[in-house]
Amino acid sequence: MSRAATKRARQRWLRVVVLGLVGAFLAYPLYALAEFSVRFPLTGNYSVDAWTRLFGAGDGARLQPLYTGLINSLGIAALTLTMMFVLLLPTMVWVRLRLPRLSRVVEFVCLLPLTLPAIVLVVGLVPVYRFIATQVLDTHAIWLSFAYVVLVLPFAYRALDSGLSAIDLGTLVAAARSMGASWPTVIGRVLLPNLRGAVASAAFISIAVVLGEFTIARMLARENLQTGVMLVNQAAPQVAAAVSLLTLLFGIALLVGLSYVTTPHRAKKRS
Amino acid sequence: MTASVAGATAPRARLARTARDAAVTLPFFGYLTVFLFLPTVIVIVGAFRNRDGGFTLDGVSKLFTPATGQIFLTTAWLSLASALIGAVVGAVAAYALSTVPLTSPLRRVYTAVSSVLAQFGGVMLAFAFISVLGKNGNFTRLMADAFGATVPGDFLTSVPGLIVVYCYFQIPLMIIVFLPAVDGLRQEWRDATENLGGSTWTFWSRVAGPILLPSFLGSFLLLFANAFSAYATAAALISQRTIIVPMAIEGAIRNENDTGMDSYAQALAAGMIVVIAVVMALYAALQRRAGRWTR
Repeated sequence: MSRAATKRARQRWLRVVVLGLVGAFLAYPLYALAEFSVRFPLTGNYSVDAWTRLFGAGDGARLQPLYTGLINSLGIAALTLTMMFVLLLPTMVWVRLRLPRLSRVVEFVCLLPLTLPAIVLVVGLVPVYRFIATQVLDTHAIWLSFAYVVLVLPFAYRALDSGLSAIDLGTLVAAARSMGASWPTVIGRVLLPNLRGAVASAAFISIAVVLGEFTIARMLARENLQTGVMLVNQAAPQVAAAVSLLTLLFGIALLVGLSYVTTPHRAKKRS
Repeated sequence: MTASVAGATAPRARLARTARDAAVTLPFFGYLTVFLFLPTVIVIVGAFRNRDGGFTLDGVSKLFTPATGQIFLTTAWLSLASALIGAVVGAVAAYALSTVPLTSPLRRVYTAVSSVLAQFGGVMLAFAFISVLGKNGNFTRLMADAFGATVPGDFLTSVPGLIVVYCYFQIPLMIIVFLPAVDGLRQEWRDATENLGGSTWTFWSRVAGPILLPSFLGSFLLLFANAFSAYATAAALISQRTIIVPMAIEGAIRNENDTGMDSYAQALAAGMIVVIAVVMALYAALQRRAGRWTR
């Protein structure tokens, strides 16, 4: 008994030390970011000036790229989510029901963007976007959504896949169809309510990806939140620090919230 | 159900049905053709074409100049070092985290923070490190006040500095990709080792170690690929020099004077695809081995 007790104590000790040290390494830069945003570099005085400026007190002209970027990024996030769900969810449902042999292909294709660096993808996207901007649409930043759908695909796929695996898809669809429901009704009113957790999960992660994306926007010379932060950093580094911190904390809050959606109450007992 | 109905009908009808079924997936595959496959093809084909569409090896031949070779080597070294540190530290942290109950707030916050830092940080992580190690950084001042030591002004733009910053997303990435593997370690295996007289050392070296090794190596490769493709963090820290491949790509894309630079950018991107493809092929092979123990 005492041997087991020492072992448990040792394990607890290891857990505290390791998680404490790594946690400190992860948290320290976030703390420094917060301090940087309120500390005036030359004098060392503290003031919340950067934060009041950020929330609208004057200085609109210098912070303009930031506001433009934020508005663009929110719009892009909304459009990306819509397109992603419209393209992905019906396809995944259909493939599971009717074309099971295709499911490996869909999985492979969806996970492909994980291995394709954004910087490589954008090299190939330059001509595609040149065509879109001149022949089809315009150069507005909102069309970055087309590329972002590809970026969020792996994350969304994994979330939706685990959601679809957890429900009895065939029975639900057969029941709804035999009652005369159309396919849109099946997806909107039967499947979506059963997939709330997975859909929320896919949406949250996708929002985090879109708000943090920089590479593609920069190379295609479109303005989003990150390129805005980058620009503002030259004129007002403290404001840029404040925005970075807020964005990171927002992302963390999204994902913590998400973990409560996906594993709500009691844990599955670890075997 | 579908199969039996289809089996009873004539082959022609079955074919028509399959075609109709497949047609539903067209929007999905059509979209990806334009925004995923086409760009990839443009990169690979473009590496061998000049502006007029003719075949050329100019871009590819530039890959084998000493300057470009050096950039690839630096990128590989940076990726290797940060992946090694990230994999070792992250693996230990993932194990420690796996001993925490799944629903405890500590674990939820830890994995959420790791996930954000690992995947969505980019530019913001660079700013965070400027506020730590920059000229007015918290750590810089701490060192100066406490020990009179100075952090070199260009530390963050040097390769060792980049390694430190990269660890800030590599360690969290290791935590989230390695956590499922250590979560899969069963208490029964430990008990069995103990009942047979094995020590903790025996358990780690003879049981858990060999089981985790493929996952560990696989995660390490993933970290390597991740660092190799990272662009945003370095771009936010370094503005004038080109030290890693993604920055060289940016330089080539933005160059308006030399029309040969287009194919150079595409050749660089194709070079990255080759490196990543090799790494991912190894990863897939390891994943198959690791898969034996994950069910």
